[in-house]
Amino acid sequence: MSDKQTTGFVGWMDERFPLTKLWEDHMAKYYAPKNFNFWYYFGALSLVVLVIQIVTGIFLTMHYKPDGDLAFASVEHIMRDVDWGWLLRYMHSTGASFFFVVVYLHMFRALMYGSYQKPRELIWIFGMFIFVALMAEAFMGYLLPWGQMSYWGAQVIISLFGAIPIVGEDLTVWIRGDFVIGDATLNRFFALHVVAVPIVLLLLVVLHIIALHEVGSNNPDGVEIKKNKDENGVPLDGIPFHPYYTVKDIFGLTVFLIIFSAVVFFMPEMGGYFLEHANFVPADPFKTPEHIAPVWYFTPFYAILRAIPDKLMGVLAMFGAIAVLFFLPWIDRGKVRSVRYRSTSHKLLLAMFIVSFLVLGYLGALPSTPARTLAAQVFTAGYFGFFIGLWWISKNENTKPVPERVTW
Amino acid sequence: MSSEGVDSNRRRFLTAATVVVGAAGTVAVAVPFLSSWAPSARARTAGAPVEADISKLQPGQLIIVKWRGKPVWVVRRDEKALASLTTVADNLRDVNSDESIQPEYAKNEHRSRKPEILVMEGICTHLGCSPSYRPEITADWQGGFFCPCHGSSFDFAGRVYQGVPAPTNLTVPPHYYVSDDVILIGEDGVA
Repeated sequence: MSDKQTTGFVGWMDERFPLTKLWEDHMAKYYAPKNFNFWYYFGALSLVVLVIQIVTGIFLTMHYKPDGDLAFASVEHIMRDVDWGWLLRYMHSTGASFFFVVVYLHMFRALMYGSYQKPRELIWIFGMFIFVALMAEAFMGYLLPWGQMSYWGAQVIISLFGAIPIVGEDLTVWIRGDFVIGDATLNRFFALHVVAVPIVLLLLVVLHIIALHEVGSNNPDGVEIKKNKDENGVPLDGIPFHPYYTVKDIFGLTVFLIIFSAVVFFMPEMGGYFLEHANFVPADPFKTPEHIAPVWYFTPFYAILRAIPDKLMGVLAMFGAIAVLFFLPWIDRGKVRSVRYRSTSHKLLLAMFIVSFLVLGYLGALPSTPARTLAAQVFTAGYFGFFIGLWWISKNENTKPVPERVTW
Repeated sequence: MSSEGVDSNRRRFLTAATVVVGAAGTVAVAVPFLSSWAPSARARTAGAPVEADISKLQPGQLIIVKWRGKPVWVVRRDEKALASLTTVADNLRDVNSDESIQPEYAKNEHRSRKPEILVMEGICTHLGCSPSYRPEITADWQGGFFCPCHGSSFDFAGRVYQGVPAPTNLTVPPHYYVSDDVILIGEDGVA
């Protein structure tokens, strides 16, 4: 809190609302480590993408019709008849993919620098809930254009719940609201996609940031900047978020928007990876497309599902691949955060995890063959092997000395 | 708040009682919201039986009938298809359909009332894709149905092969013959 008494309009506000206090706590006097690098762009960028999705989404709902008979045509109506409708739609569809790009990079940053470790476990867990909510949001949003891939993708994902013993089949009927995917499913997914999940997402983002600003940001060295403070209690290695990081993030945002615009204007379908070709055919409950694959951001998990030749085990492995991430702060028993000062075996494990994730993502987008299934099994083992290996090596890890202050 | 002279037992009882009543109310009020997700009365009546006319169905042909929004296949199997049902038996996961869903009258090798006519839901028991009909018998394909989504394969009676993700045979819906040429799908009929 500022020692100076504010005056004028701000003074009037401050007597009624903690305006200056909020500004100082979260911007002007929020001290972030001075050694942030490239990897620290993606948190702020994911906030920007969230705003893009909300604004374009609101305007799309003004023209879209959540009705099994009208949905597909209403999307084409947006694309052809609504002034600038194509831009709104492509911003929204491209935004969905970019959301996952920035979130995956943001999560990778946390893995690299140990940002999930004590005392930031809750930041990581709130973040994981954001990731799960985001996947639900993307999945339900993908049904809305009511194309072939919307329909059959949703059919497959909802059928996953059918693998649960005893209640599974009834549960799938309850989720769909019909014996097959139909108008009822579309209508409820619309409600969840535009109202319920966004509210949850916004709440989780607030929790994520409150928890972050309580303990302060980690940094590429993984050292605690609050250990070394000056006489005013300001961390010696900290700089105020505003103006230093607001300016840095605006620069990053500019580069991001150039790339984003290039995709929106020149390759919104991204060769069938952002918008799949089969989704330009209206949903047909009687004909499954020859090859169905989820959108790229789900393919790693989809590959894990397909790798296991047993329905229930496959579903458990797929959900397990996400669930295990929640426990990462406790699986990693190490005291050193940053990969810079961790052992070679840790670096190799992390590399194995990233390679497994990428290869699974590649395999999940392709039709399955026996050779690819075998490869998917190998890399599924690599994916889970990371967590087992991390738990194993982190107990008595041969780490390098961690510096007292941040380095560059 | 002063806790002097407070009967903490009574306070704990009142707190617990309030929580229990509140929780009961929350559960009760959740019921209508959760129930609203079940199939509506309209969706349930759309499950009415449908007729399939098989008078023009040639051997080897498959027609699709819509029942409860699902594709239901009606296939007139030819001699080769029926002969294959015995030869593939060793490669099947649930050869006697013990784990699978079918009416009692279809729990046999050909999984139908009449050996040559197959009535079956065209929904894969793995994750709900609609398998495609692959009747041509080749060196490495015994004929039957193949699901493009995750590579599950089924014989001419919808019985699942071993080593594929689908856990059970395809489902046979209730059906009976109204006449020689007309099948009613969705009811067992009178025995």
